[in-house]
Amino acid sequence: MAHDPRACCTEHGRAARAGAGLPAIEAGMPDPAGTGLSRRSLLVRSAGLALSVYGAGRLAGVPAFEEGIAQAAAGPDGSVLLTVFLDGGADGLSVLAPVSDADYRKLRPNLALDAGAGPAFAEDERLMWHPSAAPLAQLHGEGKLTVLPAVGYDHPDQSHFTSRHFWEVGALDPTLRTGWMGRLLDRIGTPDNPLQGLSLGSQLGPALAAGANPVAAVDKAEDVGFWTPGTCGVVGDGVVDGFAAVGRDHLGSGDVAVAQAARAAAFTGAVSTALAPLGADGKPTFTPQAAYPSGDFAGRLAGFAAMLAAGLPIRCATVSAPGAYDTHADQTENLGKNLRSASDALLAFQRDLEARGLADRVLTLVWSEFGRRAAENGSGTDHGAAGIGLLMGSRVSGRMIGEFPGLDRLDDEGNLRATADFRGLYGSLAGDWFGVDPAAVLPGASGIGRPVILR
Amino acid sequence: MSRSGPPVHRGAFGVEQAHRLLWRAGFGARPGQAERLAEMGLDRAVRSLTRPASTRLTGPAPHDHDGHPLAPRDAWGHDHCWWLDRMVRTEAPLVERMTLVWHDWFATSKSGGPTQTLVLRQNALLRRHALGSFEDLAVDITRDPAMLLWLNGVDNSRWAPNENYARELQELFCLGAGRGYGEGDVRELARALTGFRCDWGDAGATNFRFDAKSHDPGVKRIYGRRRRYGWQDGVRRVLDNPEHPSFVVAKLWSAFVPTPPPAATARALERMYVRGGRRVRPLVEAILRHPHLYDDGRRMAKPPVVQAAGMLRAVGRYVDMTDWAWLCDEAGQLLFAPPNVAGWDDTRWLDTATFRARWKMASYICDPAALKTDADKAAVPTTPAALVDAALAFWGAPPLSATTRAGLERYAAGALATAAQKWEREQWPVLVANALRMLIAMSPDLLTS
Repeated sequence: MAHDPRACCTEHGRAARAGAGLPAIEAGMPDPAGTGLSRRSLLVRSAGLALSVYGAGRLAGVPAFEEGIAQAAAGPDGSVLLTVFLDGGADGLSVLAPVSDADYRKLRPNLALDAGAGPAFAEDERLMWHPSAAPLAQLHGEGKLTVLPAVGYDHPDQSHFTSRHFWEVGALDPTLRTGWMGRLLDRIGTPDNPLQGLSLGSQLGPALAAGANPVAAVDKAEDVGFWTPGTCGVVGDGVVDGFAAVGRDHLGSGDVAVAQAARAAAFTGAVSTALAPLGADGKPTFTPQAAYPSGDFAGRLAGFAAMLAAGLPIRCATVSAPGAYDTHADQTENLGKNLRSASDALLAFQRDLEARGLADRVLTLVWSEFGRRAAENGSGTDHGAAGIGLLMGSRVSGRMIGEFPGLDRLDDEGNLRATADFRGLYGSLAGDWFGVDPAAVLPGASGIGRPVILR
Repeated sequence: MSRSGPPVHRGAFGVEQAHRLLWRAGFGARPGQAERLAEMGLDRAVRSLTRPASTRLTGPAPHDHDGHPLAPRDAWGHDHCWWLDRMVRTEAPLVERMTLVWHDWFATSKSGGPTQTLVLRQNALLRRHALGSFEDLAVDITRDPAMLLWLNGVDNSRWAPNENYARELQELFCLGAGRGYGEGDVRELARALTGFRCDWGDAGATNFRFDAKSHDPGVKRIYGRRRRYGWQDGVRRVLDNPEHPSFVVAKLWSAFVPTPPPAATARALERMYVRGGRRVRPLVEAILRHPHLYDDGRRMAKPPVVQAAGMLRAVGRYVDMTDWAWLCDEAGQLLFAPPNVAGWDDTRWLDTATFRARWKMASYICDPAALKTDADKAAVPTTPAALVDAALAFWGAPPLSATTRAGLERYAAGALATAAQKWEREQWPVLVANALRMLIAMSPDLLTS
């Protein structure tokens, strides 16, 4: 189906659009710099300008969430956490291969990597980076990557669903319904800024599921428009405000379903409006400040860096890395390919943040629901326990958290034992990165040691 | 209705209530259908749904974008579209809706092993029992091949019992978590359910069967009673658990009404269920006649597939493309692929991620029907109120709240006011009419029912 957003417009109409202008928001307000700016892009073209419009607080009918976003953007630049999920249970013993561990070749006769095939790991001479993880080795060498070689929890669950859920809710509680970052946002966020918790993808990340404050999902920063068949120009541009306004009018509804639909419309409208300056119809208007590889994941990271550079008030975000890490078979080929895509994009993202002067504000946590069985099974590996975690950023300590436990002391099921608990890591992120009492965010984790994460 | 029966809606049963009933018990109205239903009055209207005169499909057979017939057993998403077509064309919408209820209830995903052929076979089973006996349904689903693969029934032998199905049969299908059973009952019930097998070959799993040799014939202790339970006895033992009737009533009720039933209603429905031999039809009839179904403050989000089918029905269109599979998937509901054995989480149907997907669904309805600035400008009204009415008529004139109507008229007035030139004043109403169709489809009024 052809979707030409201008199909209904004659050339006449298109030419007229640029000159049509838009009603002034307020009498006496300075004209926007530049021409052809629609009202909505004026409001968020830059956070500073948006504030100058909203700061006066005199405007009737100012959309609440645009104002919430603008006000949040005007606050001091906040710390940001991006979590990157390696879906399926990534094999930590491949990302950092224990090539000098005496048991490695016995357990992995077919899958073992050769010593010297990848970059050395300076903090533990037994370990070697996977060749595909060379960009991560580079970051580690620069002190911008902290490694958790065996992160997990006691009595590990080997169900993808359950273990992932534990990581997402930040507790070993199968019934908990709010995500750990959602609870964090209930502390540091506001009730009128849906950008504060952002899923980069088409699904809302469960870790962001909040108790009170809104969060949002954005598939692509440059594609947040709402194509409307048979419209164009200012009439078409107005639909986002149209559905968002109808949503806002229903926000107070006592009917749960109506209120939910109203929030979805109002938040979606606010997010679309806020991101409109970053691109349209899938064509970005931002320029990444680093060379990203191709692919959706890299594109999402590039868009995310641009959103932060635009001053959008984002605090927590989630994204999934490309591919599936549930490598029961063909592990060598699949893991190598996916790890390469993820590592290249992560390095580009870090460089982009550095070039934009944002690197001190952003931490990126790479996680997976579990590691894999130490012993191989055919051309792959089965579900395991402790796996690898990574914390990337200019502010990280760069020193290993926990240690590699060795293959000679596996647990009863032949899995790596955890030497760091993800809830302790979350506690450090809550406390040291966001300044929030970890006990308020992580129920039942008070007895778990919190590692030093910042330099 | 006797003194002890559940209450019956005695308020108005007009077009608005008929729309509500058709959305909850089916997939919304075809043009004129709500008006016809309203004329019947509540009782006849409900019976026309629970005891349909015809279960035929009417209208053109589904096909893909190029006019080719669907390949539901083989092609990705064609299974989804095949069922969507039934929802659109059926003359017995409640039968399809109950089939969807059971699909969500006994949630089985093709992503966990069963092929499309097997999940379609299960779909026929669910349809056969749509308004029948829960007992027959529970027994038959236990030996259904897709279920046997999904919850490891074929891995459950006397030598190596697998508890997966026994656990979910109690926790998710019949009793509720921790209600009336313990871990020991899970283990013993698993033994009772041993014996199912299949063969594995190039064609995947075939020859599903009960093999007495791999069944554990010993004594099992389930809920304190010791018997040599076979697999059917085991299932029936679960249904005899005193916690079962309240579970069925609450879960079935929640498919139609968003708030829990009043205690007296729940008790009345449980009695009805037990005395009526675990028949589902009388329960559904009582729920569809209950006052809470028609209450103002008890709207429900339309599941994505229900909304898709309903939009097609409303505009008189049929399944003429397979894009509905990915569209509904993005909106959070790909049929035959529920997220897990607990089914879809219907508290999460509407958020910023799925809003956009629903917008796309609506745009696929509106696009081919869009009004043209040249051909249609003479027929399009020019005032905001009349434009909203015209756009509502496109969707079969569903009820609309005053709040939404005011917002739509505000949008229309604002957009019309930007027309400065003569040609703009002529063309803008057409563009606004097209935009209003989308805004109506995406209003809280139409995202819920």
